[in-house]
Amino acid sequence: MIVFEQVSKRYPGGHEALSEVSFELRHGELVVLSGHSGAGKSTLLKMIPVLERPTSGRVLINNQDVSHLPRAGIPYLRRSLGLMLQDNRLLYDRNVFDNIVLPLVIGGMAPKDAARRVHAALERVGLGGRDQEMPIGLSGGEQQRVAIARAIVKRPSILIADEPTAHLDAAYAHEIAELFQSFKSVGVTVIVCTHDPALFAETRPRRLVLRQGHLIEGAE
Amino acid sequence: MMGAWSYQHRKAIAHALGRLLHQPLGTLLSALVVGIALALPAGGFVLVDNVASLARGVTGSPEISLYLSLDATDADVTEVESRLRKQDNLSGVQFVSRDVALKQLADNGLADVLDGLERNPLPHAFIVTPRQEDPALFEQLHQTFAAWPKVDHVQLDAAWVQRMHSLLSLVELGVSLLAVLLGAALVIITFNTIRLQILTQRAEIDVTRLLGATDAFIRRPFYWLGCLQGLLGGLVAWTIVTASISLLRGSVESLAQAYGAVFALNGPNPTQVTGLLVVAIALGWLGTALSVRRHLRESE
Ligand SMILES: Nc1ncnc2c1ncn2[C@@H]1O[C@H](COP(=O)(O)OP(=O)(O)OP(=O)(O)O)[C@@H](O)[C@H]1O
Ligand SMILES: [Mg+2]
Repeated sequence: MIVFEQVSKRYPGGHEALSEVSFELRHGELVVLSGHSGAGKSTLLKMIPVLERPTSGRVLINNQDVSHLPRAGIPYLRRSLGLMLQDNRLLYDRNVFDNIVLPLVIGGMAPKDAARRVHAALERVGLGGRDQEMPIGLSGGEQQRVAIARAIVKRPSILIADEPTAHLDAAYAHEIAELFQSFKSVGVTVIVCTHDPALFAETRPRRLVLRQGHLIEGAE
Repeated sequence: MMGAWSYQHRKAIAHALGRLLHQPLGTLLSALVVGIALALPAGGFVLVDNVASLARGVTGSPEISLYLSLDATDADVTEVESRLRKQDNLSGVQFVSRDVALKQLADNGLADVLDGLERNPLPHAFIVTPRQEDPALFEQLHQTFAAWPKVDHVQLDAAWVQRMHSLLSLVELGVSLLAVLLGAALVIITFNTIRLQILTQRAEIDVTRLLGATDAFIRRPFYWLGCLQGLLGGLVAWTIVTASISLLRGSVESLAQAYGAVFALNGPNPTQVTGLLVVAIALGWLGTALSVRRHLRESE
């Protein structure tokens, strides 16, 4: 369960990127976060893995106040999340397998188990058998899917994705949207941020809409 | 738990080795620079050690002679002897009576001269060997003996050995100073190597942090890298010192022979080699610790 309580964020020297945002997400829910460019979508998502901390208000994940989490606790919180940032942050000096296995190496998983997980994750995103390729040789959509595989390889209970379909054509975008739907169906809480309102339209997901830092829709 | 720990370290070592092999030329150059910096003081210490053992070999143990006054009686001799026996910092006490001394002189070819004398001009003497070759101890014994009744004159037989010792400790001090300076240079070299590594791995560091890596996880490969570079430098230094000494050995031995001395130049012994490698690794570790503190400070 993810709870935002009156969360505001003011960047140093900047204007207010989020203003008193409050909402609650239940386990296994899929929400689509939308809003114009600069509305504060990325800022909101970054509060969850504590890439940013609120200026005021609280963020609770499974009843733990992460907005005041001590530094030493942050790595353990991040390990429980599946994270895809706006830029996919792949490492281009190593192949697909080594990119996807990274969260498992960090978690200290034995190599055999880790390899099995990596292959399962690749199958899941439709890239089975491509594990030895270098990311630079993949199309934008394929790279995006590698990033998704890396986010889900730990089987997190919460998946956060910032613009996972940016720069993809409609067919790819649709595929990825279906992938996120399928995670929801196995009980994963999914928060996807997109400025394409058509993307998840047919499944009528819950929508959160930001405008200039204010949550104007979906608070309940 | 133990398994996970060693797994993490094996990963980190593999990572560090990969980095070293990734840039073989850079690795080689760093190892050479570190090795040369270490070889100078290490070679210096080995040479000082050799000269010190040479000094011991040439002179044997240094001695102190006590000459009694000419009117000393047998009772006085017994008194001095018993006082000497009570000194527990002496390893040898030898009595040379005036008759024996005269006979020794005569045996040395001065019989004719001595025949002309109507009485023996030589005093009774004691020759003692102190337990340690410590200049302060020599000085202290000198003063003690000189104050005793019937002791006319006290002579240090190996004053030059003491001078040699003080010279050697001066040289040793100089080498130590050099060692500190070059050790600092090594720390700086490692600091910079690690700084460059952190810069080139910025993306990787950021991504692993994003995926939940702890500070310890991120630092570990850098510590291995710094220690491995130190170790490589230490091995280079060992090679340089050993090679230089075997180059010098021949000429030093023939020089010693020309002076009628037997002297073999020794390379570093196992304790010295171990010490060298441990110091090299420790300095590499220190350079890494400073660099990591400075350059991996977190931006959450
Ligand atoms: N690190 C930062 N420092 C200062 N200002 C920032 C920082 N990050 C974001 N901002 C500002 O905060 C506001 C919200 O930015 P945010 O990235 O959350 O928008 P967004 O909704 O994700 O936009 P987009 O759709 O373009 O990704 C913007 O005005 C932006 O300029
Ligand atoms: Mg954004």
